[in-house]
Amino acid sequence: MNPFRDPMSSDRFDSESSGVALAGDYWRRDGKPDALGTSDRVGQPLSRLDGAQKVTGRARFAAEFSFDGMLYAALVYSTIANGRIASIDRDAVESMPGVALVMTHDNAPRLNTAPVFLRSPNGAAGDDHPIMQSDRVHWNGQPVALVLAETQEQADAAVERLEIEYRAEPAVTDFEIAKGQARAPDNVLGGPAEIALGDADSAFAAAPHRVDATYTTPRHNHNAIEPHAVTLKWSREAGTEILRIHDASQCVDLTAASLAEVFDIDAAQIHITSPFVGGGFGSKTLWQHQILAAAAARVVERPVRLALSRKGVYRVVGGRACTEQRVALGADDSGKLSALIHSGIASMTCHNNLPEPFVQATKCLYAADAIRLSIEVADMHMLANTFMRAPGESVGTFALESALDELAERLGMDPLALRERNEPAQDPISGLPFSSRHLLEAARAGAERFGWSGRAATPGSRREGEWQIGMGCATATYPYMRMPGAAARITLSAKGATIDIAAHEMGMGTATVQTQIAAARLGLPVEQVTFRYGDNMLAGAVLAGGSQQTAAIGGAVIAAHRELVTALLALVTSDSPLAGLSADDVVCRDAGLAAADDASRFADYAEILSGAGRESLSVEAAAADSEELAHWSMHSFGTIFCEVGVSEISGEVRVRRLLGSFDCGRILNPKTATSQFRGGMIMGLGLALMEETWFDARSGRIINPSLADYHVPVQMDVPEIEVMWTDIPDPHTPMGARGIGEIGITGVGAAVANAVYNASGKRIRDLPITLDKLL
Amino acid sequence: MNAFDYHQAVDAEQAIEQAMRRQQTRYLGGGTNLVDLMRETVERPAALIDVSTLAREIEETTHGGLFIGAGVTNAELAADPRVRMRYPVLSRAILCGASAQIRNMATVAGNLLQRTRCAYFYDIASHCNKREPGSGCDAREGFHRYHAILGASSSCIATHPSDMAVAMVALDARVHLRGPDGERSLALSELHREPGERPDLETVLAPEELIVAVELPPLPMAAISEYRKVRDRASYAFALVSVASMAALDGDTIGDVRLALGGVGTVPWRARRAEAALRGAAISERAIDTAVEAELEMARTLPGNGFKLALARRLMTSELKARVADAREGGES
Ligand SMILES: Cc1cc2nc3c(=O)[nH]c(=O)nc-3n(C[C@H](O)[C@H](O)[C@H](O)COP(=O)(O)OP(=O)(O)OC[C@H]3O[C@@H](n4cnc5c(N)ncnc54)[C@H](O)[C@@H]3O)c2cc1C
Ligand code: SF4
Repeated sequence: MNPFRDPMSSDRFDSESSGVALAGDYWRRDGKPDALGTSDRVGQPLSRLDGAQKVTGRARFAAEFSFDGMLYAALVYSTIANGRIASIDRDAVESMPGVALVMTHDNAPRLNTAPVFLRSPNGAAGDDHPIMQSDRVHWNGQPVALVLAETQEQADAAVERLEIEYRAEPAVTDFEIAKGQARAPDNVLGGPAEIALGDADSAFAAAPHRVDATYTTPRHNHNAIEPHAVTLKWSREAGTEILRIHDASQCVDLTAASLAEVFDIDAAQIHITSPFVGGGFGSKTLWQHQILAAAAARVVERPVRLALSRKGVYRVVGGRACTEQRVALGADDSGKLSALIHSGIASMTCHNNLPEPFVQATKCLYAADAIRLSIEVADMHMLANTFMRAPGESVGTFALESALDELAERLGMDPLALRERNEPAQDPISGLPFSSRHLLEAARAGAERFGWSGRAATPGSRREGEWQIGMGCATATYPYMRMPGAAARITLSAKGATIDIAAHEMGMGTATVQTQIAAARLGLPVEQVTFRYGDNMLAGAVLAGGSQQTAAIGGAVIAAHRELVTALLALVTSDSPLAGLSADDVVCRDAGLAAADDASRFADYAEILSGAGRESLSVEAAAADSEELAHWSMHSFGTIFCEVGVSEISGEVRVRRLLGSFDCGRILNPKTATSQFRGGMIMGLGLALMEETWFDARSGRIINPSLADYHVPVQMDVPEIEVMWTDIPDPHTPMGARGIGEIGITGVGAAVANAVYNASGKRIRDLPITLDKLL
Repeated sequence: MNAFDYHQAVDAEQAIEQAMRRQQTRYLGGGTNLVDLMRETVERPAALIDVSTLAREIEETTHGGLFIGAGVTNAELAADPRVRMRYPVLSRAILCGASAQIRNMATVAGNLLQRTRCAYFYDIASHCNKREPGSGCDAREGFHRYHAILGASSSCIATHPSDMAVAMVALDARVHLRGPDGERSLALSELHREPGERPDLETVLAPEELIVAVELPPLPMAAISEYRKVRDRASYAFALVSVASMAALDGDTIGDVRLALGGVGTVPWRARRAEAALRGAAISERAIDTAVEAELEMARTLPGNGFKLALARRLMTSELKARVADAREGGES
């Protein structure tokens, strides 16, 4: 997922900034290393703390919670893309066994429109369509009725019986036609839709070496292993109406705030928890299913569970937009770029605010004399598109990094050397210095380990039997961000510490890593630290998105930790060995505080607390503003290397080896980090070779809403994957770490396409690279 | 899914009786296809008669063939040492299909009678002549990457998706049936019907007729036989094109050959024209090319599945060459 604010956009210099040297960056506000944060235990490969719970089935997900007297919901989805509901015959269904409610636009309670992500500060919703408030249908698959019944089977049987008639109206469901009406969006992630540096078109026309190509990427749908689900209940507590929700969420606070607007209640009346989430990737936000379930539960005054089927997820939860991108590169004989143009069109609806930002990566990767980047959108009658792991970068790097490979070929240069030739000294667009950029080191180390020197410069020159073998590489990148709103509460007692923060664990290992970090910071064993998250009642509001959660939590924990140490020092008596010390003078170790320069001055937490007659001490603090982004260009980087075999007979592509060499600041836990990188790279293989939503251009209907027909890689598609990193701390981020959640998917599409070219001499510019394109 | 009755049959006779007593019944094998279709309400039986526990044996026939009970699971059949020795093409075909979990549940009869994977057939909001005769065919101008280039009609272009059946038709399998009018048997290649004007009629089975067994005749040349399946990912995907093949040489000529195709036909496709062109022909690349062309001459493609013609041509050619080479090696050793 991406940020509220684009770090590259207009407000990049704040008023008080007097220059880079004085930047209030994050290592510590005065630019010195954060003494409270240094510890050997960060960086250890601690296994997931929830691993045993998950493999033994004891971890409970949203659809596994229940309430007494709970009803089960099923949805009916429209079969037209635009038009009106002419009639719905509720009567026949209402009398079916077990049916408690048939809710349609005729009888649904009045609901406010949900605030949309990136358009409203409270927005967690994918689109701003009214929800079951009229007979209008806006996309093929829109929920048009909900049935509640005593069992799931009864609800499912009932929805099959519901007779609905539609009056269809003309709909734009063909991207080829929609493209004709493409428009500039009013913003792209809060920034401009077009960015120009110099006159790129003239520079391109004058360049001695040129590549000008069009790349296309299809729609993708979300397929987290856990389909979206919600179990919820309305009740009254002390005269106040309370909505209790078990959700699968990557934004509990935003969801609560959005639902409060929908139901005209206070966000404090909504309590959402989400202890385990089976993958989010940008999809576990607010869609119609939570709202409809809550509305229906309020009508019947009973708890409700609504678990979307796999097909339901395709109908209700948006995916990645399709794109058509042009990349035009002009270079001199040495490979130096004189012109870089990256533009194109993505599908969208006018009911959301996410133009697929496919030029994001291009903003920071290469120095070129002139640059033009622009995004247009083609409005269609479809389910709103949304974030999907590295929106923009994942498909944008496919185009950009394929074009670089084409240019290298034209220049007779090694593709890595071409990239090196264009390595920028500072951010090409904003001119800001990079906070920490060691892409070339990562690329070189990766090349060495991968054996890049074994790549044949001439395509089609290596073979094993019917298999043509080739190698490709591509740059990966994803921006660092840290969104506002993070805060943490630390409660310390003689038994240990609890960290509370409204953050999320979606399988990334967040809870493990944050426990590890908090334990290291506090000088406690991991067993004595509890990290509580996934609950909107906890401190702060942290979105698990934009690969920013770790940094956001880090910022909050750093602030709360300092607050805690200050509070502890205020408790010590004048005869304490710590008397007279301030938070700048101490370190946390061995379950206590010690003077930084004199280990003998030590008191443990239990002593300090009992000396002050306290059982525990609890502090809460908000993270400092993310000023670092105003002063530095901050990105994670990497290079993906790939070796493929292409069958000369069948065109089948088999990825034989894949390596990612990353520069993402400090790696906090190598084990969980490896899984993040590897998972991203596997998703990248899917993007390269097989993922594709079959969106029927005649009807706007997705006709492969199942894992049988929508292909993601299976075990046999995934080769040995190597992951390595520079581990160079970024001095301007909390803990020296930048995001690692999304970068893994970036670059992979192009690395595979470039390897396929090197193997077979065939350049595929249209994803996915299916075998028919290679015959 | 709609509500339905469930009956566990104790033997074939009783299963048929129960089926005759009710309206809208279906026999249930492993349920891996039928239950999916019921969830989508493509199938709406009022009652299921579970025959999955019947006919679970694989027996030797007097002439060295195998008699395979209809309820034998796909996994058991693929793992049977006699099948692996005498008919490796069948083991391979089965193991190329579906997933281990599905193969553990799926039965021989259920596999033969599984229905097409055409996405419009599965989506009850789409037009489909097979699901609703006369309603049209959304695949023809829609997504038909997986659709047939052989045996299709203007009303339906759906493939038969089974891998196992492709190997079985290559092996000249016979199906043994039992119905209200007694027992009969027929060649497996006669079981499935091409769509013609009635794509909803997929087999020649009579109402309530039950498949009780599949018989594989002895076929020495099958000891060296192969199944090559090409698909959109390395595993767990249906065939775009698959080829079951085996050959026996007679000096410098091709003595006998079996060739069958999956992923391209509306029924498990026995390439009889290619076989006829090859049988007795002198071994040469030309002979193979001519035979392949003879088979594919009748292919009719659409924009989304045109690649299958080239793919089938290449695969048939390379597989035939490889089988000839295998047979030569076998003859020399
Ligand atoms: C995701 C997925 C991927 C798959 N991939 C492949 C693949 O790659 N290749 C492949 O070949 N297959 C594949 N399959 C299909 C699988 O092989 C079939 O689902 C399976 O073989 C069906 O067997 P079953 O016993 O479960 O049949 P059921 O679902 O029980 O029945 C299927 C049909 O046969 C009828 N039937 C069952 N037994 C009898 C009988 N004795 N007499 C008469 N009628 C009977 C039923 O009434 C029903 O109409 C896949 C399936 C899935 C779900
Ligand atoms: S190809 Fe056959 S199964 Fe598919 S939609 Fe057309 S008629 Fe139906």
